Amino acid sequence: MQKRACAFAILAAGFTASPASAYTAYVSNEKDNTMTVVDTATMQVVKTVEVGQRPRGITISHDGKFVYLCASDDDTIQIIDTATLEIVGTLPSGPDPELFVLSPDGKTLYVANEDDNLVTAIDVESKQVLAEIPVGVEPEGMGVSPDGKTMVNTSETTSMAHFIDTGTHEVTDNVLVDTRPRFAEFKPDGSQVWVSAEVGGTVSVIDNAKREVVKKIQFAIQGLRAETIQPVGIAISADGKKAYVALGPANHVAVINTDTYEVEKYILVGQRVWHLAFTPDQKTLITTNGNSNDITFIDTATDEPVQSLTVGQQPWGVVISPK
Amino acid sequence: MTSAVPGTLAAFLCFFSLTVNVSDATGQETVAKPEKKIIEIKIGYLRAYAPQLTLSMLDLPPRDEGVAGAEVAIGDNNTTGKFTNQKFSLDVTEVKPDGDAVQAFEGMIAKGDRYVVADLSAKQLLSIADIARDKGVLIFNVGATDDSLREEDCRINVFHIAPTRSMLADALAQYLMVKKWPNWVLLYGSHEQDHLYADALRRAATRFGGQIVAEKEFKDTGTARRTDTGATQIQQQISVFTQDLPEHDVVLVADESEVFGTYVPYRTWTPRLVAGTAGLVASSWHPASEQWGGIQMQSRFLKTTSRRMLSKDMSAWTAVRAVGEATTRTKGDDAKKISDYIRSDDFSVAAFKGQKLTFRKWNLQLRQPILLGDTKSVVSTSPQEGYLHQVSELDTLGVDQPETKCALK
Repeated sequence: MQKRACAFAILAAGFTASPASAYTAYVSNEKDNTMTVVDTATMQVVKTVEVGQRPRGITISHDGKFVYLCASDDDTIQIIDTATLEIVGTLPSGPDPELFVLSPDGKTLYVANEDDNLVTAIDVESKQVLAEIPVGVEPEGMGVSPDGKTMVNTSETTSMAHFIDTGTHEVTDNVLVDTRPRFAEFKPDGSQVWVSAEVGGTVSVIDNAKREVVKKIQFAIQGLRAETIQPVGIAISADGKKAYVALGPANHVAVINTDTYEVEKYILVGQRVWHLAFTPDQKTLITTNGNSNDITFIDTATDEPVQSLTVGQQPWGVVISPK
Repeated sequence: MTSAVPGTLAAFLCFFSLTVNVSDATGQETVAKPEKKIIEIKIGYLRAYAPQLTLSMLDLPPRDEGVAGAEVAIGDNNTTGKFTNQKFSLDVTEVKPDGDAVQAFEGMIAKGDRYVVADLSAKQLLSIADIARDKGVLIFNVGATDDSLREEDCRINVFHIAPTRSMLADALAQYLMVKKWPNWVLLYGSHEQDHLYADALRRAATRFGGQIVAEKEFKDTGTARRTDTGATQIQQQISVFTQDLPEHDVVLVADESEVFGTYVPYRTWTPRLVAGTAGLVASSWHPASEQWGGIQMQSRFLKTTSRRMLSKDMSAWTAVRAVGEATTRTKGDDAKKISDYIRSDDFSVAAFKGQKLTFRKWNLQLRQPILLGDTKSVVSTSPQEGYLHQVSELDTLGVDQPETKCALK
């Protein structure tokens, strides 16, 4: 795998016009129980891997060696070796894992157990459950602060962002946001957490020191009914300047200036855009479009969609290799 | 008759002792963060109940229809309540369908219920509405679909979670028009509620351009609904009953009383689709709805109740969640504040229907998408694409503000 990645890097260096660099993207396909492996330079499917039932949340170890995948209907997290693309193990996730986040030191995985109103902390090395933390109804969004000290979980029916101290595994603060919060993303400097509310149709910006909402961002797209604008996935650029929000059935990604909180652009992508991820060089953003069964590559320099690529059925999440 | 809710007390005691332990163990932190008082919120549930006959065994209502939805919502509210120091409980009281609701209701008020979920007839609901208003009690109607309760008989303290007959009929009519099946015959039962549903279907036809080319009333002659030898007779009876109808696309059935409707599909003289209270049915929920996170609601309900979630369960769940949402957002248990909040622009409740649900301010009816389903699956959801409205597309279903006869008082 390392060799292959290396070869891609050389190849990509020769084509500077290409918006995408040579990374590997892994896409979970909720409806056909597969994971699509995509070369971000050629924007082509490399392989489709059979995985567990209803794959949704997906992340990768910091060294890029293992992909972790929530197989929700199998009540487990599968570990996939990125070199062989084979399932090499599982983690005890608790029932119905949907989304998770890996701690910055790569040692702990925090998992939202949607059916049990719990967040489970798992030690990746020993595969042991470290803690089960009771949260609100239908926990989903998971974010971790860059210093690893704070974890934020959002619960959909409770409509709260729960701040959890990763040292004590205790909930320390609960911040009410709009209806059906789906995703939590820290700014790279750790100063704020951005939380999307799918049914509320807003993104709440929470000050991490004060633990209160300091700004609520609204969306409006000409010609679209307000009800179709349902914010889900959020990605904030490494320099902290731009935030991208997937707007679900509105089929657009909003680009937000994080200084002014103004939406500067709406990018048309595929149908029911759900989650998104940057390539490590920040030049490309990839979105999963659940209803059109494809992913869209966005050039972050121009914020224009570059290409769409058909993957499996109902693509849900995407993660990109660190190198 | 009053039935206690088993488990509630035990859960409360357990919760309380837990709180005490925690504050003991973290005595130091209690100084920094003063111990908050737990606010108790009692929600009453007043229902008219008697075992009911249905044409199909599959349609026999479960003993806890509706109540089970409220119980699941109480659990959900309490999960949230852990973080807001609120503790919800449910107090269920039953009366007979033709019984006196006033005495039972007064008993509930005496026990301290300030929010009452009502699964009653329109007549029973009206009998308690003004008493409730004078005592500052909010009622959430989950049972009566009568338009009159939202129109000439509307009340300032009665919120309607159940959709109206006109909302259901409009949802169906929009779909039939989108499918380009505009010619209908209407078969309706002989009881009052059947006539009301037939009225709603006639209104929907006028509103959306459907043609009711013929109508027939099916008289309830009091014959047995289910008999061992009935099938052959029924097959013939329905066939003959529909023999003289003019050319049509769809047979509309209005039989809330369960006298003949279930027997119409597959037994008509000409091979036609059936919709209304049989065939394709409009309702606020469907036991197979899994869109918009519905799968989570369904599995949570199944796990707690060991049966599928029905429309009344969903209405009761939504009612109790609306109170929960309002108490969370207003951070208290002040019925006036909660009432104001539910009426405000800030209020919305999510009920797995793909968009937020709000109340129509002019008559306190919950706006909601209506599901159209057969026995196995959700066929479509109304409002249909293309039916536009200046305020909310959801207001294309049912009586709209310009036509309302409601003056809230």
